[in-house]
Amino acid sequence: MTRPEQLATYESDGLTVFRARPLAVAVPETAEEVIALVRYCHEERLPFVARGSGTSLSGGSLPVEGGIVIALNRLNRILRLDPELRIAVVEPGVVNTQVSVAAAPHGLHFAPDPSSQSICTIGGNVAFNSGGAHCLKYGMTSNHVLGLKAVLATGEVVEWGGPSRENVGPDWCGLFAGNEGLFGIALEITLQLLPRAECFHTVLAGYRTLEQAGQAVAAVVASGLLPGAMEIMDALALEAATAAVHAEYPPNCEAVLIVELEGPKEAVAADRERLDATLRASQPVEVLVARDAEERAAIWKGRKCAFSAVGRLSPDFIVQDGVVPRQRLGEALRRVTEMAHEAGLRCANVFHAGDGNLHPLILFNGREAGALERAEALAGRILRMCVEMGGSITGEHGIGMEKRDFLPVMFTADEIAFMKQVRHAFDPLEIANPGKMFPTAEAPSLRQRGLHPLEKAGVLSRE
Amino acid sequence: MNAPVSPASIPELIEIVRATPRLIAIGSETKPRLSAADAVKVSTAKLSGITEYDPSEYTFTALAGTPLREITAALRERGQYLPFDPPLVEAGATLGGTVAAGLSGPGRFRFGGLRDFILGVKFVDGSAKLLRMGGKVVKNAAGFDLPKFFVGSMGRFGVLVEMTFKVFPSPPNSLTLKLEAKGIEAATRILIEAANSRWEPHALDLPPAGNQVLLNLRGPAAALEPLASEILARWPGVKLPAAEAESVWTELREFRWTHASGVLIKVPLAPAELPRLRPTLGELGQDVRLHASSGGSVAYVSMVSETAGSPIDSCLRNLKLHGLTLRGPGPLWQGCPHQSKIALAVKNALDPQNRFPALDN
Repeated sequence: MTRPEQLATYESDGLTVFRARPLAVAVPETAEEVIALVRYCHEERLPFVARGSGTSLSGGSLPVEGGIVIALNRLNRILRLDPELRIAVVEPGVVNTQVSVAAAPHGLHFAPDPSSQSICTIGGNVAFNSGGAHCLKYGMTSNHVLGLKAVLATGEVVEWGGPSRENVGPDWCGLFAGNEGLFGIALEITLQLLPRAECFHTVLAGYRTLEQAGQAVAAVVASGLLPGAMEIMDALALEAATAAVHAEYPPNCEAVLIVELEGPKEAVAADRERLDATLRASQPVEVLVARDAEERAAIWKGRKCAFSAVGRLSPDFIVQDGVVPRQRLGEALRRVTEMAHEAGLRCANVFHAGDGNLHPLILFNGREAGALERAEALAGRILRMCVEMGGSITGEHGIGMEKRDFLPVMFTADEIAFMKQVRHAFDPLEIANPGKMFPTAEAPSLRQRGLHPLEKAGVLSRE
Repeated sequence: MNAPVSPASIPELIEIVRATPRLIAIGSETKPRLSAADAVKVSTAKLSGITEYDPSEYTFTALAGTPLREITAALRERGQYLPFDPPLVEAGATLGGTVAAGLSGPGRFRFGGLRDFILGVKFVDGSAKLLRMGGKVVKNAAGFDLPKFFVGSMGRFGVLVEMTFKVFPSPPNSLTLKLEAKGIEAATRILIEAANSRWEPHALDLPPAGNQVLLNLRGPAAALEPLASEILARWPGVKLPAAEAESVWTELREFRWTHASGVLIKVPLAPAELPRLRPTLGELGQDVRLHASSGGSVAYVSMVSETAGSPIDSCLRNLKLHGLTLRGPGPLWQGCPHQSKIALAVKNALDPQNRFPALDN
C-alpha cells in the first residue's frame, strides 16, 4: 500500500501523540514473504517497522519516515496446538486471546493478558515482552516463549528452542523477547500453555484511602499467600469505570483492591480463609466476593476497561508504566498526586499492586496552550521518581519512542553502549525499528490529539 | 593447569579481567565440563554473600560466589524459597555457577526455571567494564533482557558478579507420591496426564529406576490429602513419609544417582520423546542411567565413561536431540547443536578480544 489514505491508518499506534508517514505498508501473507521483505530492506538499507495491531503504548510501532511498515496481521495462523505437550506454535499476527480461545477446549490457557489482549498480537507481545495482571505469579510474555523462528535484520533466519520447557546454552529466546523490534521479526513462536486453574476466588475490597489499600496489599504479601493477581484502582478510575461499563463499587472509596486466588478447589478453599481474615483486618469499607463466573468477569471488565474509560473523561491523556518497590507503593502514589497537583493536572491511577507496576494516567487538554508540555514534564518527574526509588521506568510497555530519552536515567553510558553493541550484532545497518529505545538527537515526530480512532470506537483500550 | 586466581573484591576482579588475555570464571566446579577450557580460571569464591534481601519485595541480590546453601537457608528463615529449585545445593554450587550453567531442579515444574526468576545481573564484560543489566524489581521491561541471556551462557560472555532474583513464599506443606508404572511408556503417560491435571503438581519426575513417577504437591495441608487420594485412585502408588520424600528429592537434586566420576549430560526434550530415548541409550553397551525431570522436559543422562567416537552424540543426533556435557571429558555439545551466524556475531560484539572461551570450546 502506498496511497496516502491507505498509509494514514498506519501513521500512529497506541501512543497517539506521535505520528509519522511511512513510504509504504507491506502486508505479507507468508513467512517467506516476510523474509524476502527483510532481505530486500537489508540490501537497500531501507528502514522497516514490524507492526501487529498497533497497540504499543510506547510508540514502539510508530513508522519511520522514509521506511516501510511490515504489517503482520495476515500471518494469523495457529500452526500447531498440542494439548499433551501444552504448547501452541503460532504466527506473529495471531491475536493474544485467540491462543487462549483455541486452548480452552483442552483446559489450557496462555497466561500473559495485557489489557489490549482482545486485539494485540503475539508478535507484538514478544517484541515488547508484554505483561498483564498476572505477572507476579506467572511472569511476562518471555516467560512463556519456548521457541522462536525469526528473521533477523541481517536476513539470517534463526530457530531457537522448541517444544521443551528446558534449554541448554545461552537463552536466545529470552534475549529476543523484549527486543522492541530492533533485532528482527518473529515468524513462528512456540508458546507454553498452562492448565487453566480449576477454581477462582475473586475479591473486591473498597478502602477509605489509597494508603489503606496499599497496606492491605502488604498484609496479603506478609500472609504468605501468592495471589494470581492484585490490582488497585483509585477514585477517578472508579468513576470512569462506573460510567463506562456500569460497574458497581462500594461508595465513598478512594481506592478499590482486587485480589484473586486460583488453583484446585481444595487449595482455594483453604487459602480464601486466610485471605478473608487478612482483608477483614485491613479496615475495608466493604468486601465483595464474586459468587460466580459472571460476577468475576464483571470485576475484571471494570478493571480492564478502566483506562479507555478514563480517557473518555478527558480530551487527551498520557499513560505511564513505571515500577517501584512494592513497599513504597503508598509513598509513590502520594508523590504522584502531589506532583500532579503542582502541575495543575488530574491523574488517575490503576496499577498492578502485586508487582509495584504503576499506571498513572495523566489527563490534559491538548488544545490548551502548554498543557501537553506540562503533562510530559509530569510524566518525566514520575519516571525519575520510580528510578530514585529503585524501580524501573517501564514494567511492561517498553521504552519505544516514548521513553527513549529516559534510558540514561536507568543505565550508564557504558551500559547503553553495551546494549547498542548487542543491537549492532543483530542489525549492523540499524534498519530494524530505528530511532526507538535509544536516545537520539532527532526531532520528535508530529503530534496528534485525542483518542485513537479505535479507542473512540471502543475497540482498543490502554493499560 | 595453574591454581585459579581468586579476586577478593570487584575492583580486583576488573583488574584481573583487564590483565588476562584468556579466562573463565568458576564457582565450586560442580559442573566441571562447562569451564574445562584452555583459559585462566578466575574463582568467585571470595565474592560471596547476600547483599540485599527484602522479603516483602520477594527479591534478593547476592554475589556470584555465594553458595546456594546460604541463600536457601536465608530464604527459609523468612518463609520463602527459590521456586526453580536449584540443583547441587549440598554439593556446594554457587549462585553464579548455577546461572552460568542454566540449571534448575525438579521444583521448576510448577512456576518455571531459573530464567523465569532472574531479574538483574552485574557482570564484567570482555572490555573489563563493570555493567548492570535488568533491574531489582519484580517487573521490568527496560532495555534488552540480558539477564536471561546470561542464563546458560557458561561464562562465555563475561564474569558474573552479582544477581537479583525473584522469590516466592513457601507453600506451607509438601506431600510426595510415588506412582508405579509398568515401563517407560506408561510412566510417560502419567507424566503427561498429571501435567494436564487440575492438581497443580510442583514436581513431576521419572527417577532412574524407570518404573515409577514421583509427584510432589505443595499447598495448605487441608488441600493436599484429598488431592493425593484422588491421584492414588487414578494410579497405583504410595504416599511417601516426609523424611523419605525429602531424601528421594535430595538424591535427584544432588545428582547422587549418577556414576561417580562418570559422564553427565543434560538433554532438553519433550516428554513424548522419552520412550524413544531410553531404549536407544540402552544400546550404548554400558550402564546408562536416565533421570527425566520437570514433567519430562529434560533428561539427565549418566554414563560410566565416554568411549571413543562419542556414541551418545550420534544417539542424540539420530533422535534430533542435543545435549550439554556437565561432567566428564567428552565434547561440550552432544547431538545436533546449531551454531548460528548471530551467535558468533553477538560473541564478537560482546567479547571482541576473545577473552572468554568460544561457545563450542
